[in-house]
Amino acid sequence: MADVTLDRITKTYNKGQTKAVEDISFSVNEGELFGLIGPDGAGKTTLFRILTTLLLPDTGTALVNGCDVVKDYKKIRSQVGYMPGKFSLYQDLTVEENLQFFATVFNSSIEENYDLIKEIYVQIEPFKKRRAGNLSGGMKQKLALCCALIHRPTVLFLDEPTTGVDTVSRKEFWEMLKRLKVQGITILVSTPYMDEATLCERIALIQAGAILSIDTPQGIIEQFPEKLYAIKAGNMSQLLQDLRSSSLVATCYAFGEYHHITLTEEGEQTTENLLASLKEQHAEVQLSPTKPTIEDCFIKLMQAS
Amino acid sequence: MKQFRAFVRKEFYHVFRDQKTLLLLFGLPIVQIILFGFALTNEIKDSKIVICDYAKDDASQQIIRKIEASNNFTIKKALMSHQQIEQAFKAGDVKLAIIFPNDFYDDLTHQNEAQIQIIADASDPNTATTLTNYATNIIKDYQASLINSQPTLQIRTETRMLYNPELKGTTNYVPGVMALVLLLVCVLMTSVSIVKEKEKGTMEVLLVSPFNPLLVIISKALPYLLLSLINLGIILLLSVYLLDLPVKGSLLLLVATSTLFIITALALGLLISNATATQQEAMIFSLMGMLLPTMMFTGFMFPLENMPIALQTVANIVPSKWYYIIVKSVMIKGLGFSAVWKEVLILLGMTVVLLGISIKKFNIRLA
Repeated sequence: MADVTLDRITKTYNKGQTKAVEDISFSVNEGELFGLIGPDGAGKTTLFRILTTLLLPDTGTALVNGCDVVKDYKKIRSQVGYMPGKFSLYQDLTVEENLQFFATVFNSSIEENYDLIKEIYVQIEPFKKRRAGNLSGGMKQKLALCCALIHRPTVLFLDEPTTGVDTVSRKEFWEMLKRLKVQGITILVSTPYMDEATLCERIALIQAGAILSIDTPQGIIEQFPEKLYAIKAGNMSQLLQDLRSSSLVATCYAFGEYHHITLTEEGEQTTENLLASLKEQHAEVQLSPTKPTIEDCFIKLMQAS
Repeated sequence: MKQFRAFVRKEFYHVFRDQKTLLLLFGLPIVQIILFGFALTNEIKDSKIVICDYAKDDASQQIIRKIEASNNFTIKKALMSHQQIEQAFKAGDVKLAIIFPNDFYDDLTHQNEAQIQIIADASDPNTATTLTNYATNIIKDYQASLINSQPTLQIRTETRMLYNPELKGTTNYVPGVMALVLLLVCVLMTSVSIVKEKEKGTMEVLLVSPFNPLLVIISKALPYLLLSLINLGIILLLSVYLLDLPVKGSLLLLVATSTLFIITALALGLLISNATATQQEAMIFSLMGMLLPTMMFTGFMFPLENMPIALQTVANIVPSKWYYIIVKSVMIKGLGFSAVWKEVLILLGMTVVLLGISIKKFNIRLA
């Protein structure tokens, strides 16, 4: 059963001059951990704000828990949990006061749903008398998550929860999300980090206000049409130029310490020739087939569109 | 109800943890009372005065010429009785009378001492003292020029203040400062309160919750209502014990009407906060939009009666004008509710309208 459904959602700003998202449709199943993956400015936050009833879509409809985001906004607001991209708790209130406040606003109490937040809260409990503004980035995220969970929401919206958080805290955060999923909470999370995509059950790749692809991370990787190679040499920037000018190479881009390339049909048949001609100009050339990642798929899809 | 308590508690935390603002909140009224009480004076130019010269001798003529040379006065010469002078005061034709008795010069040369009488209309005590000071200074100046030749000569000036012999200038400005301070503090503080949540992003989280906008608005105003009442207490204590200006009428009525005025101001601040997008915008709005009109149109700095009709009409929409009238009537004249019910009703109406617009303007979405 679908828990969150978007049907042809379009939203513009500045009286139609700036397009934020266009004709977006997808659905998230009940109890699913769904990722919205895309760079800054892709329209992730706009979608979150429409789904949390904070913005009205120009056209299209969206349902959360079977409630319309425009008409039944009050119902949705009492059922969902939302954590905006920017830290948005009261900085001059302590950890405990923030949690207490949000629990009361949702007509609940800390005790009532303590089991849900316990694992997360114990990590920040030693600092419960500290003002939220004086917490570290990772701690702030944990507190914000606690506050978003304190009323046991059916759907949790997390807008870039790991942006600006260190690697260890990021990993911890995803562990927490997996445990929440076990509790049956539907989670919609957005992130600009492609490596986090594989941690979701299903993902939507989004770019410039349009969905590029929706599938499981594995499914998206399998859709990658060509063979992908990783190549490395002594002078990487010269190598990139040479590859780009070669007629045997279809696409080529820097990827970490390697360049990732795909070859033309002719190139696939004459890989040795390419390697030989490169070795004439470069020292220490290594060429090996590699498995595509979500980022490779994203780049591929982006170039295609 | 539990929700409402949580909102109110949160607002009190916000207010009491922002100590700089708190200092401003209580420092401002004290500084203003003291400033207006002791430091501010106005220079007065071209005041109409009358000179009754019964002496018409060398000395009186010389002094009159000196007075004429000063640009503080516009002079009318006439021989008036005390009754006539009082009538002229009442008609507002003149502010000051200087009277030279018969044989002024003779007294000065033969008895080494002469008298000049100065009568001032002290219903406006600031003007009265300033004008008498100007006049006595000119006379002293003349006396000083004589001393070189005849050091024993003395001119005594006898000053009479009509209507307000003790010269209580405070009668004018305490109600004015009360109106100014309460309005400023309430509007300024509440005007940033809601917009602050918009700017910091906390409103975004708050909106995605089952809260009632009315509760938020009321809980925002509540701490400032309490603080303003404390402020009112401080101002009243200062005026009674430091400035010797007692509350002549009913204290209860004064506090009740002040509470009403505070609520009016809070409603105005909330409206600004709802209508603006940033704290800075709200501040500029409340400072420019409130401070200036309050100073201009309350009536304690510039008398409203002297303004063109158009400006007098504008003054009617300034809440502090009505409050100023109420405080003057209750605190200084000692009048009861029957004398101020009209003003109270106007303030009440303003409050209802302002609160209504604020609630209507409260944005339940982000854009």
